[in-house]
Amino acid sequence: MAIFYILLIFMIIAAIIAVETKDLLSSVICIGAIGFGASLMFLFLRAPDIAITQIVVEVLGLIILIRATISRDLTFISGDREFFGTVVSVVIIAVIFLSGMKALETKSFHEIQETRQLHPQAVALPDFGTPIYDVTPGAASQKYIQEGLEKTGAANLVASVILDFRAYDTLGEATVLFTSIIGATVILRIRSKKLLEEPE
Amino acid sequence: MRGMTVIVKTIASWVKVLIFVFGIYIILFGHLTPGGGFAGGVILASSYVLLMLAFGREFVQENLPSAAASRLDCLGAFLFAMIATLGLAFGGSFFVNYLYQKYLPGEPLHLVSAGTIPLSNIAIGLKVGASLFLVIFTLSVFCKDLRCKEPEADSEIGTSAGEKE
Repeated sequence: MAIFYILLIFMIIAAIIAVETKDLLSSVICIGAIGFGASLMFLFLRAPDIAITQIVVEVLGLIILIRATISRDLTFISGDREFFGTVVSVVIIAVIFLSGMKALETKSFHEIQETRQLHPQAVALPDFGTPIYDVTPGAASQKYIQEGLEKTGAANLVASVILDFRAYDTLGEATVLFTSIIGATVILRIRSKKLLEEPE
Repeated sequence: MRGMTVIVKTIASWVKVLIFVFGIYIILFGHLTPGGGFAGGVILASSYVLLMLAFGREFVQENLPSAAASRLDCLGAFLFAMIATLGLAFGGSFFVNYLYQKYLPGEPLHLVSAGTIPLSNIAIGLKVGASLFLVIFTLSVFCKDLRCKEPEADSEIGTSAGEKE
């Protein structure tokens, strides 16, 4: 459990440096450090699928950001922050942090069992790193784990969920990606701009 | 943008094959080991991005023109939608795994298993790889386009940017 806290503190420090530093390139590198920390955390939480996706997308995003950063002549930020904006964002972050702490309040297993006997509908969030099927008997994920191999034949349960049980999500994700590519290529293409410039 | 030094070009020409094969492996074994269409597609795109960084944009444009990439993108999306729609014809409902249930059960834990899941992985890998390649290619072309216009607007900035390159 200690590794999670070490990674969390590392990621928070990197995030603060990324926001506070004046140099754009070191800010981008700090964002990369956050992504790799998140990837390591997924690996320690036994989610290798997410870890692979996270590290690969992080590398590609870092390449884009670094190319965009070093292609400019000016890589330093000048000017001060606005006081009011800083206060508002700090308050919002504090509220979100406190409500997150409240939601993730650690409850022991017996406490949850007692609560469920009193209120059958009540469901508490499990401890950090604990799968939800450990504390909720009727969870859908339990059914996937028990019958996934039998119903889909895929040894990787993640693949059987995202491409069979929950394939509509994947269709939506593919549609979002397709639409964004169409928008980017239409807006950023050169030929249309040349056509617009010729009559002048 | 003529690419980087000889060292980078040599290393990139060795490594690109390994990255590409690893991406294909991640896609094809997505239903057996961690990975899948999305991660494998991003790895395929990143091998082309490595080529683009090392050899320059023109080299990649000769090997994989953006028209071909957008066709691959459309083909991947079409294949994925087609696999889902064929479930309507053969299995009775959208996205049903008709191959596993009726025609090709296969053996669990083997490469040929799980019915339509590997086919969907291949389609998604094709789609994601081509579209992420297109994103970076389009951004790179756009960036170059902006830099070409700068010297006309301001001659001093233009000369300094030209010397830098």
